[in-house]
Amino acid sequence: MNRRRLRRTSLYIPGTNPGMLANAEVYGADSVILDLEDGVPVSEKDAARILVRNALQHIPYRRAEVTVRVNALSTPFGRDDFREIIPLAPDAVRLPKCESADDVREADAMMTEIELENGIEPGTVGIIAITESARGGRNLSEIAAESPRLIALNYGAEDYTADIGAVRTKEGRELDDIRAKVIVAARIAGVQALDSVFGDVNDLDGLYAEALRVRLLGFDGKSVIHPRQIPVVHRAFTPSDQEVGFARRVMAAFREASSRGAGVIALDGRMIDAPVVARAEKILALAEAAGCLPGER
Amino acid sequence: MQDQRIGVAGSLESCDVLVMVILSAESRGMTLEIDSPSLASFGEEMKNTVMEIMETLGIPHAVIKVQDRGALDCTLRARTEAAAKRALAVPAGEKVSE
Repeated sequence: MNRRRLRRTSLYIPGTNPGMLANAEVYGADSVILDLEDGVPVSEKDAARILVRNALQHIPYRRAEVTVRVNALSTPFGRDDFREIIPLAPDAVRLPKCESADDVREADAMMTEIELENGIEPGTVGIIAITESARGGRNLSEIAAESPRLIALNYGAEDYTADIGAVRTKEGRELDDIRAKVIVAARIAGVQALDSVFGDVNDLDGLYAEALRVRLLGFDGKSVIHPRQIPVVHRAFTPSDQEVGFARRVMAAFREASSRGAGVIALDGRMIDAPVVARAEKILALAEAAGCLPGER
Repeated sequence: MQDQRIGVAGSLESCDVLVMVILSAESRGMTLEIDSPSLASFGEEMKNTVMEIMETLGIPHAVIKVQDRGALDCTLRARTEAAAKRALAVPAGEKVSE
């Protein structure tokens, strides 16, 4: 489990589609979501679970982080999903309909039990919690802090807005509240914050604007539902030349000050403290992932 | 025919395979029909995969029909297992298609 890996994009792959499961990595997303939940009709839950289990067993995923969106444990399908999927030790499960810390605790306990039964180090499989209701939104801090398996918080825009009675708009102001809650809870817990999907796969300009907006808010990435959305989100999560230039100078000043044991660092007359250094590191990591970081760091 | 229990899984979409498993009190041994564009090259491997899954599930007698659309071996494994489990789940005397 790599808690801090790059998760600019998380691509949903329906657990019913063998062709897409086989090619899940080809599209270049940082993380793939093999979906057993909303992307699978009830009549196909059994077959999708078996198909995804076989994909995890036999397809050599190497580049992307591999996660599985299981059904919630409160549904008739959740326990079977855990029983079939956890023994294959994907990087993480995406836990939908997370309403409280109890949901994470229950999943964590079941995952530990299955890991031990299968000779897997307990804690190997991470959890990305997805909150989709007003109650879940209220409890995000507890959800984020409940388990060391927790690596990121995510929210479901459609379900959440339906639950609070908001109308979905292109502008997305109705998501301001949940986005702020996700960011703050994630930062307090030291986990990543991942934004929800942008539903219109034909509006790539709108997707870029939204992805850029959420990056500037502090999100670490965004879920996508179509391969064509991946390069657009990656572009939005690529820092500007000015950002990269400043980050490089911050890191150079930090290294220089560290080498002479200086406690206070200044750059252009501005004090450089730990948050500024951390932000610079994040900017450079994003730039490196985007392949726009030639030369020294 | 009344004692047949039928399970079907998969599809005829590209990269998938449609597998039908028929369990019947009258069946003796395995009868396997494979329709695949790669039958000449991979027919024997496909047969071995299906037989391995049936053996794992403890099914000694069945009629199995496989319509392949270029599926990977892991997809054939999954669809065979799902079809067989669906057939096993049908109460005796009933028939289910999917």
